[in-house]
Amino acid sequence: MLSIDSIKKGVVIDHIKVGGAMQIYQHLNLDKLDCSVAIIKNAKSGKLGKKDIIKIEDRIDMDLDALGYIDPDITVNIIEDGAITSKLKLSLPDKLINIITCKNPRCITSIEREIVHVFKLWDSREKIYRCAYCEQEYK
Amino acid sequence: MRHVIEPTDLSINELDELIALAEDIRLNPVKYADCCKGKILAALFYEASTRTRLSFESAMLSLGGSVIGFASADASSAVKGESVADTVRTVSNYADICAIRHPKEGSALVASQYSGIPVINAGDGGHEHPTQTLTDLLTIHTIKRTLSGLTIGFCGDLKFGRTVHSLVKALSLYPNNRFLLVSPNELRAPDYIRATLANRGCEYQEGELLDTHIRHMDVLYMTRVQRERFFNEEDYLRLKDSYILNMAKLVNAKSDLSILHPLPRVNEISMEVDGDPRAQYFNQVRFGKLIRMALILKLLEIVEWRGGRC
Repeated sequence: MLSIDSIKKGVVIDHIKVGGAMQIYQHLNLDKLDCSVAIIKNAKSGKLGKKDIIKIEDRIDMDLDALGYIDPDITVNIIEDGAITSKLKLSLPDKLINIITCKNPRCITSIEREIVHVFKLWDSREKIYRCAYCEQEYK
Repeated sequence: MRHVIEPTDLSINELDELIALAEDIRLNPVKYADCCKGKILAALFYEASTRTRLSFESAMLSLGGSVIGFASADASSAVKGESVADTVRTVSNYADICAIRHPKEGSALVASQYSGIPVINAGDGGHEHPTQTLTDLLTIHTIKRTLSGLTIGFCGDLKFGRTVHSLVKALSLYPNNRFLLVSPNELRAPDYIRATLANRGCEYQEGELLDTHIRHMDVLYMTRVQRERFFNEEDYLRLKDSYILNMAKLVNAKSDLSILHPLPRVNEISMEVDGDPRAQYFNQVRFGKLIRMALILKLLEIVEWRGGRC
């Protein structure tokens, strides 16, 4: 059994779909942190069978909308003094701001400088987002 | 301050108010002749247009106002690389209201985010063209005296035709309308339009042949099928005549059918149809000016909105 120390203060990102940990690691730029970061792949899970977990031994600011978009089933646990002080259940955000960019070459976002890329949730079951400007589906 | 970027920016109550105001302007034009005295419309046209630009200009002039603007991107600072945001911020200092046409989809929305004056989308690429939709609604309402319970056929290029997309969305807000979407398979309405109809519980049917569906239609909205939209010449040759409306095809149509077309027409409606009382596409042009007059009056708050938003 692999043993990873529990953390005293920080963040545990739990219930990540198997194979999703590295995408989150990269998205949150965790490689830039000086603190300990543990990535646990294929951990046993009663709910999922297997899951990935990320443990970060520091409090960091996270874009929860981006995390929710990557994997809405994730749980974010905030740890203080070795105990969970809050448990955040994520969901698909209604709006994505500067998380993904429109690929439609006919969209104004393809030419307008410093434009804010906005996508709106169109179908939560199918996880479909559409560009707020041209309405093209993000694929 | 209100903008009109897509038809759904207006509630059904507001659409009805605009239509009622446009009808009053038609009956009493003198009453409105000086309503916009001292007001300026900026017509920001980054691409060519005959009807829409002239219609906006004529509308403002008929209300006693003035018009400034440009008729192509070459005549603006866009050639120097100026963004839509900067252009509209500048123009906000010169005019009271602006109409923008731009080849990129979503450009009017960007303009509205930076503008200090009301923005009207006069066409943003293949995306939306709300004042054409208002024109179409006024035309249908004036002729049919209703916008509900109609069977509306759309024929031709339903994939790239923004006028179709906007009108389908607007008519889907009214109860009991049925949609017949006739196009070659390659030019079917985009998925989001079909999804909109499905989400709003509207009955719709798709088909490839106009002859099969025309007998059921109360309104037929024709659009141009362009050769360059086809993936191969063989398909174009096979299908092109299915999308030309002539007197032979009208034999099976209802006697009170209304034929609409956003224009310009190339060959998709034979000129022999022009004399048929069912042809309404040139009347539609007149309604386009009237509804733009009504919209300008409402957005400038010269005539106030009466009802609440839905």
